[in-house]
Amino acid sequence: MSLVVDLRHEGPALRFVAEVPAGTITALVGPSGSGKTSILRAIAGLLRLRHERVNFAGEDWSDSERGLHLPTRLRPIGLVSQHYALFPHLSAQGNVETALTHLSRRERALQALRCLELAHVAGLESRYPHELSGGQKQRVALARAIARQPKVLLLDEPFSAVDRSTRKRLYVELRRLHGQLGATVVLVTHDLDEAAQLASHLILLRHGRRLQAGATAHVLTHPCCEEAARLLDIPNVFDAEVKLASSGRTLLLRWGPHTLRAAGALPPGIDGPLKFAVLPQNLVLIPADKPWGGHLENPVQAVVEEVITLGGETIVWLRPEGLPTTRLQMRLPERAVRRHAVTSGKAVTICLRASDVIPLGLQPAD
Amino acid sequence: MDWTSIRLSVELALVTLAILLPLAIAVSRWLAVTPLKSKPWIEGLLALPLVLPPTVIGYYLLVAMGTRTAPGRLFERLAGHTLAFSFSGLVVASVIFNIPFAVQPLQRAFEAITPDVREAAQCCGLTFWQTLLRIELPLAGPGILSAAVMTFAHTLGEFGVVLMVGGNIPGETKTVAISIYDKAQSFDQASAGAMSLLLLVISLVTIAVSYGSMQRLMRRRRAA
Repeated sequence: MSLVVDLRHEGPALRFVAEVPAGTITALVGPSGSGKTSILRAIAGLLRLRHERVNFAGEDWSDSERGLHLPTRLRPIGLVSQHYALFPHLSAQGNVETALTHLSRRERALQALRCLELAHVAGLESRYPHELSGGQKQRVALARAIARQPKVLLLDEPFSAVDRSTRKRLYVELRRLHGQLGATVVLVTHDLDEAAQLASHLILLRHGRRLQAGATAHVLTHPCCEEAARLLDIPNVFDAEVKLASSGRTLLLRWGPHTLRAAGALPPGIDGPLKFAVLPQNLVLIPADKPWGGHLENPVQAVVEEVITLGGETIVWLRPEGLPTTRLQMRLPERAVRRHAVTSGKAVTICLRASDVIPLGLQPAD
Repeated sequence: MDWTSIRLSVELALVTLAILLPLAIAVSRWLAVTPLKSKPWIEGLLALPLVLPPTVIGYYLLVAMGTRTAPGRLFERLAGHTLAFSFSGLVVASVIFNIPFAVQPLQRAFEAITPDVREAAQCCGLTFWQTLLRIELPLAGPGILSAAVMTFAHTLGEFGVVLMVGGNIPGETKTVAISIYDKAQSFDQASAGAMSLLLLVISLVTIAVSYGSMQRLMRRRRAA
């Protein structure tokens, strides 16, 4: 029971293979031009590719090898596009009823009202799209998309055109709605925070290729390769050498004069030089008054170069000892900075826990 | 007032509309969405009646309707008279010289419907015909109205083509524009003036209605 997608196309290049677990919210995240919308449109059947296979719960929707391409109108999908694409000549209710032409007139009206209620726009059914705010349009579009009780709900950057506070409310409503409908939701976004808040699964995309896929919490903290780390906005990506890799258990890295212990196995295809990542919020600052010895994991001496506070959180740039060209970014709560008197020029000890040192693999070939 | 010619003109305009409008809707809907590279040539061909002198169109139509061409001969065999200098011939000519007046506003109207609205209709489970009837035609409504009034007004006023193809047969091909010319030639200033004023008023009203509906279309396009 999952949505299996295998799409290949030349110019613009798309080589995308993924399995979206049924009943989850899965986010497709990537920079603009990475093919997110094309993938969504291919799932909907609005885009036909040279090589395509879309299968939901064992039922083929597209299979280019067999020449099969189920028309969009026959696929059990709902789509909310970036600009909602409401029918401007129809009221909110008329918009939703358009998706219910298979029902009798009476049932159509009842079901449309139910959907508008679910999307929290009850009372606005007689309004026309130009009389609705951005958030209301979005909700009506959502009501229309869920009207046919789709098995797969496709959302193409649905929150990009509404203001921040509306967006937060819509997140909550989407999660609630997802709980009620149980549909498989594929959410396209370029906003990592949005993906982190909404999706239980995450697929990272770049140049039409899948970089990484998995549970959101894992993908966000464990990039598989340098490219993924960049997409996840992780600034600390460094070059190191493999010092020791034994039976996939112990991995020792040489980072300048430092030896770092990393948890996990050496990524396949790597020997000798490799890159690793450390999330800025995972660096641990060791208080100067605390005696430290062998029990500390990967202690590194560093000098504070720059301290900038942004709304309660402080970004600290450090220069690790023996690595004159490397800048390490650390994020600390503002009060921690005050307590430890972290200021420019101060020598500090930080600790890179082995579980937070993430060896990066090669970019996936496919 | 030459009521016979006025009635004939109105009849001609209505028959032209009934034939041209569905055809123009089909062609302009196709032109609005086709990715065909030769589209500018097709559009140019359809816009020709705008730039060609009416006498040129009239001349070619007259030749085409004559018994020297296959369609002309076929019509004569079926109807018993030539297409030229008959009401039917006038209808054919009228449909042809009105093509740009009908197709252009319709094409603009269909082009104003964004692709994502068409796709939303597909996602709503609508078939092509359901989409056309429920979404596209209502959205193109102002364009359809505009095409209809432009065609109607233009048919009432066309002179050159009608004279070339239809001649001046009362009750058969003598339209109001030709009748005005006739009256003016025979110094019947009162009738010529009255009929001219009638055409002027009809033209003004139709153009105003057409512009108004275009404005509504633009507003809707902006709102969407």
